[in-house]
Amino acid sequence: MADDLLLDMRDVVIDGFSDERWHPIVRGVSLTLRRGEVLGLIGESGAGKSTLGLAAMGFARPGCRLTSGRIVFDGIDLMTASETKRQALRGSRIAYVAQSAAAAFNPAHRLIDQTVEATLAHGLRPEAEAVEDAKALYAAMKLPEPNTIGFRYPHQVSGGQLQRAMTAMAMSARPDLIIFDEPTTALDVTTQVNVLAAMKEAVERFDTAAIYITHDLAVVAQMADRIKVLRHGREIEEAETAEMLARPKDPYTRSLWAVRSIEKPARAASEPILEIAGVTAAYGSKPVLHDVTIRVPKGRTIAVVGESGSGKSTTARVVTGLLPPIEGTVRFDGAGLPPALKGRSKEQLRRIQMIYQMADTAMNPRHRVSEIIGRPLTFYRGLKGRAREEEVTRLLKLIELDESFADRLPGELSGGQKQRICIARALAAEPDLVICDEVTSALDQVVQEGILKLLMRLQEELGVTYIFITHDIATVRAIADEIVVMHQGRVVEQGPKDDILSPPHPDYTALLLASVPTMEPGWLEGAVIRQSALHAPD
Amino acid sequence: MTDAPETYSALDEVAQPRVRRSRLQKAWIALKGAPLTAWFGMIVIAIYMVVALLAPLIAPYGEADSSFGAYLPWGDGHVFGTDQIGRDIFSRLIYGARNTIGIAVVTTLLAFLVGGGLGLAAAISRGWVDQFLARAIDVLMAIPSLIFALMLLSIFGSSVWSLVVIIALLDSTRVFRLTRAVAMNVAVMEYVEAARLRGEGLGWVMRREILPNIMPPLVAEFGLRFCFVFLTIAALSFLGVGIQPPTADWGSMVRENASLIQFAQYDLKAGITPLLPAGAIALLTIAVNFVVDWFLIKTSGLRDEV
Repeated sequence: MADDLLLDMRDVVIDGFSDERWHPIVRGVSLTLRRGEVLGLIGESGAGKSTLGLAAMGFARPGCRLTSGRIVFDGIDLMTASETKRQALRGSRIAYVAQSAAAAFNPAHRLIDQTVEATLAHGLRPEAEAVEDAKALYAAMKLPEPNTIGFRYPHQVSGGQLQRAMTAMAMSARPDLIIFDEPTTALDVTTQVNVLAAMKEAVERFDTAAIYITHDLAVVAQMADRIKVLRHGREIEEAETAEMLARPKDPYTRSLWAVRSIEKPARAASEPILEIAGVTAAYGSKPVLHDVTIRVPKGRTIAVVGESGSGKSTTARVVTGLLPPIEGTVRFDGAGLPPALKGRSKEQLRRIQMIYQMADTAMNPRHRVSEIIGRPLTFYRGLKGRAREEEVTRLLKLIELDESFADRLPGELSGGQKQRICIARALAAEPDLVICDEVTSALDQVVQEGILKLLMRLQEELGVTYIFITHDIATVRAIADEIVVMHQGRVVEQGPKDDILSPPHPDYTALLLASVPTMEPGWLEGAVIRQSALHAPD
Repeated sequence: MTDAPETYSALDEVAQPRVRRSRLQKAWIALKGAPLTAWFGMIVIAIYMVVALLAPLIAPYGEADSSFGAYLPWGDGHVFGTDQIGRDIFSRLIYGARNTIGIAVVTTLLAFLVGGGLGLAAAISRGWVDQFLARAIDVLMAIPSLIFALMLLSIFGSSVWSLVVIIALLDSTRVFRLTRAVAMNVAVMEYVEAARLRGEGLGWVMRREILPNIMPPLVAEFGLRFCFVFLTIAALSFLGVGIQPPTADWGSMVRENASLIQFAQYDLKAGITPLLPAGAIALLTIAVNFVVDWFLIKTSGLRDEV
């Protein structure tokens, strides 16, 4: 066929409504997609990736509108087509795979009913046939027990399985185009590899075109034939994957690689400031930590890595006193810490501070920055009036923001600025130990780099100790001195960064390291083989 | 819109926020966008407030001045005629606004103080405090409130203060439930955990961390609760155990003049007379509801129409 153009979007402008007026979200982006081709859309949050992805279905979220431009799908102009006509396309010829499979499935219906729902609604094939096909798709997605898994409810399968079931759902009607909107962002690295591989295989097998939206360069490098970089609703550049990875033209694209470029030599261990010894903890009767022993050297950064459910955050809760352990002790600076929060003195509380993953929920939306940073100053150090104001300004300078920020509400800050304010709040207490719980994982690459550099600089200047909880190996490489690997509530190993990251590894560490996507094309295929050798979970 | 600079800087990440508007300006902007129903509600409430506050100045006769003939017809010095013992109905309507609304506001405030305070405490403390309070409130709510109020009033006598306290306590159960539910959602947020980690006491967490974030539903509930309290007082007065004569009150005015309604076939105006205080109650209730509806839509972001 001469004309294998499937989707042709030209100068698409999409506006969003907020603050009583329309703002452009996507400002004139053009995009073409041939049959069977996978296009990666990459950019930081707010770049308009998802909005553009939805527009490819002729759909605008509530509060958004397709303002101008042309969207032609296989000869049908979606901008002018009637809503009925557009609806007829969705689910039959264009499908969508959302980021959170858990939120996208209706918990009250069985997987299989939801998998074939669109196919039946469009009357594409009889029910019995669709159900048989769904089972075949489950098998193709490498789900366990493909013949019966569909009769389970969404809560009875794991997150990775659910994400595969959603891909099967999208495939059910054999669409010409699937839009993947950050489908693996919520998954653990070890799970992500398998889901990615299954998706890629399915897309190739049915010769489906796809738009793959993500903020993770390494993932897009594995999935896409071509990559388009978006920023602030505009196209930065577009190229074939290999070309883009080897020779990114735009400085912005290059900066997306930034966090991977931070390197820090590990420093030798010093005397410990915190010692967790033989800690066993449980939520109710459900044990989550088993005999955890960790030594945290003073003035260093110790990274605690592991997938979700490994007990990383629970360990932090034990240290802060939110979850008193059943057994074991926590010693801080040579003295035993009372297990429960209530038993600790103000001074003990002051010396251990915490920074959270979601800066949005970690700051009271009704408090101004001056109050957020100022409260610990008053509470721990008794500063009031002018002295407090001056100290707030000093702290703002320390985190590279100026004093005009003191008057802002959290809603008036960007994600990176919010996290900086949280850092300032922790520093206001002049702590010795700061627990950073996934502090960069909700941020974009460029912003991540800024935050990590700030944390490193503050450590040099103030000598604070960090416990850095993360699942991102790139971050660990960038900032850690020591690494603790956790799995299912147990410590797999602890040691200096270079020892942990270089072979030989215990099985689990090897699996974790092998699952981290790299930019190398063809890595994905190899990774699955390597993983199966290491008996992958899920 | 300017393009972002090439080098990354945390400072430049987001443009300066718009000029901070004063509260007055913000209120005016919000008011300009208010729908007609909300405006109607606000105007009605404003008129009621003025009438209630300036009752002695507006009313042509005294509250308990019974120096006129009984059952005088409309017009002729008495706009709405006189009642069964010769008091000017128009004047009593005006004084009634003062008494009924005043008592209702005080009662609602008290209900919020008690119910809101306990609800917040329960949401933050969890555990047995929460269980105890919630179960005790459940027991109270299981008894039909009007009958319960009648019983308590016959035990303690129907003075204004026992009326206020009894209705406030009964209504505080619903306020407790709402406050506890919305505060629970906020209490699990990380900023509350951060405050607890800092070592803040219960009072701070309640007032500074949680309360500001649950104000919108509480304010809306205040409006609705006010209506219910108002209706309860009117109902109790109608039954004769509420506000006692000679104090003018809309509920008892309906009862005192109820018999006039049967004369509607001879004199339509006389028939309408007992409906006037009832209408006054209905109008205020509707007005408050209009305003609350608008407020709820504004703060919750729910929009029926755009």
